[in-house]
Amino acid sequence: MENLEKDVKLQDKPKSNFRRKVGNFRKDVVKDFKRNKIIYLMVSPVVLYYIIFQYGPMYGLQIAFKDYSPALGFSGSPWVGFDHFIEFFNSFFFWRLLVNTILLSFYTLLFAFPAGIILALLLNEVRGRIFKRTVQTITYMPHFVSLVVIVGILFDFLARDGVVNDILVFLFGMEPIAFMREAEWFRTLFVGSDIWQNVGWSSIIFLAAMSNIDPSLYEAAKMDGAGRFKQMFHITLPGIMPTVVILLILLIGKFMTVGEEKILLMYNPTTYETADVIGTYVYRKGILESNFSFSAAVGLFKAMIAFTLLVIANGIARKVSDTKLW
Amino acid sequence: MMRRSIGERIFDYTNIIFLVLLSLVTLYPLLYILFASISDPTYVAQTRGLMLFPKDLTLEAYRMVFKNPMIITSYINTLIYVAVGTTINILLTSLGAYALSRKKVMWGNLIMFMIVFTMFFEGGLIPLYLLVSELNLIDSRWALILPTAVSAFNLIIMRTAFQGIPDSLEESARIDGAKDFTILFRIILPLSLPVVAVMILFYGVFHWNSWFHAMIFLQDRELFPVQLILREILIANDTSNMTTGVSSVDAMPIGETVKYATIVVATVPILCLYPFLQKYFVKGVMIGGIKG
Repeated sequence: MENLEKDVKLQDKPKSNFRRKVGNFRKDVVKDFKRNKIIYLMVSPVVLYYIIFQYGPMYGLQIAFKDYSPALGFSGSPWVGFDHFIEFFNSFFFWRLLVNTILLSFYTLLFAFPAGIILALLLNEVRGRIFKRTVQTITYMPHFVSLVVIVGILFDFLARDGVVNDILVFLFGMEPIAFMREAEWFRTLFVGSDIWQNVGWSSIIFLAAMSNIDPSLYEAAKMDGAGRFKQMFHITLPGIMPTVVILLILLIGKFMTVGEEKILLMYNPTTYETADVIGTYVYRKGILESNFSFSAAVGLFKAMIAFTLLVIANGIARKVSDTKLW
Repeated sequence: MMRRSIGERIFDYTNIIFLVLLSLVTLYPLLYILFASISDPTYVAQTRGLMLFPKDLTLEAYRMVFKNPMIITSYINTLIYVAVGTTINILLTSLGAYALSRKKVMWGNLIMFMIVFTMFFEGGLIPLYLLVSELNLIDSRWALILPTAVSAFNLIIMRTAFQGIPDSLEESARIDGAKDFTILFRIILPLSLPVVAVMILFYGVFHWNSWFHAMIFLQDRELFPVQLILREILIANDTSNMTTGVSSVDAMPIGETVKYATIVVATVPILCLYPFLQKYFVKGVMIGGIKG
């Protein structure tokens, strides 16, 4: 837009159709600015924040195609094209990171997402209001506990001499398992603890969607002799479908960034085999080893896939139903 | 009318039993921490399996926590980050949400697009880290406040709530000569207190629980928030700093209960807050999830 205005200023010759349009546009801009001065003043800190802290890093992504060194700065560092990407694709870790990222996301989608829906369905069938309310308050609680504490509890309970092993030894007389040090346990623990922490919270939105379903639908179903199960499957579930689809799209958009902070807290070198994901690798390469350009390239790769997935998911949702994000 | 078939009755009872079990499983780890923190350290160390009650009540662990300068400092830091961070969050978010909820603003849609786009594509960790270093914010309290000054998700929730307020209120205020700032602070915000409460909860909990930015942006221990100290204690399992002044024989088990006491101190304030806001955040989540 700025360029456009500059162009208009540069040439002050009379009137083609296009020039008149530009002139009108300019008038509109001035008028709009005069009328909404205060509005623009109000939104300016937000815009400034987004330019600096959101679009600034996007501008900084150019280092993925450069050999960045802090001494030379963003613009001074030499271009290297796709070298860092090729290095990453050829590295020993590439497939492991990709598989781990996809599997952890996939399992979360497969187990944690339906868990919220199921809990909402069950809560929706409860008649006692106080009971329902109590269960809700209790199951929301872990959502507000910090990840540090959640993972701390995992370490404590799953230690060789922790509560879980005590119970397993008592019940089955088996050898204690060092859960947090076993790579094959990582995915189960990651997804399981995620469900434990967030199932209540994720049920909220479905419950809200259920309360918006037209009660006359249920009345009509009762008239036709439909029992509660029939009502659940033919009215409640279809009624929350739009919400389910939108949340699913959003989740797919986050597919590549599943719980990195939690993994950083949970994993250790003995579990890297199943726990190390693209996001945690970026952290180790970039922040710990100061390998900025390479890790920025890996991060960009992740962001591109995430974006593509989101566009695809939205396209599919648009095709199969009326629900879409945009 | 409400005659239930046998199948339905079985379902109802199973459902209730299941929900009770779920509640117990959810509560137990948290109760365990509370019980362990107020029990005798030796008892906690010797307990095998489920601990169902606290025993030999003592507040010794809490005394240790509140005597520990590192925990006190980090706790104060967290309070600062929560207070300043949340204030800035709320201020910017409500200003932005108000401006972007107005209809006849030429660039409004473009700005909105610019904001929403960042929800789907972002520069990522490394460029952000380099930016923060370029801005000389490493080892500064601002590093925990500025990079997260606005959340697009929360801004959308608030904007949607503002859009739901009838225009007539605003128009009559304008006739009385009120300008935008007055309309926002005198009319819109007071009418949106539930949403504001939810925003305070969301932003506040975010600052209270956040540790990752502190880990990468701060080296100075004097600036650490409590979650980062907790991480050292819980994950790196380092209680050596916690029990200074205790003879080495007692140090081990006391270290354990101090650990639990620290968790309680760092978690309880939030857990006391959210039940009061429960009825509001249901609405908030709904708006954000659907319109987002």
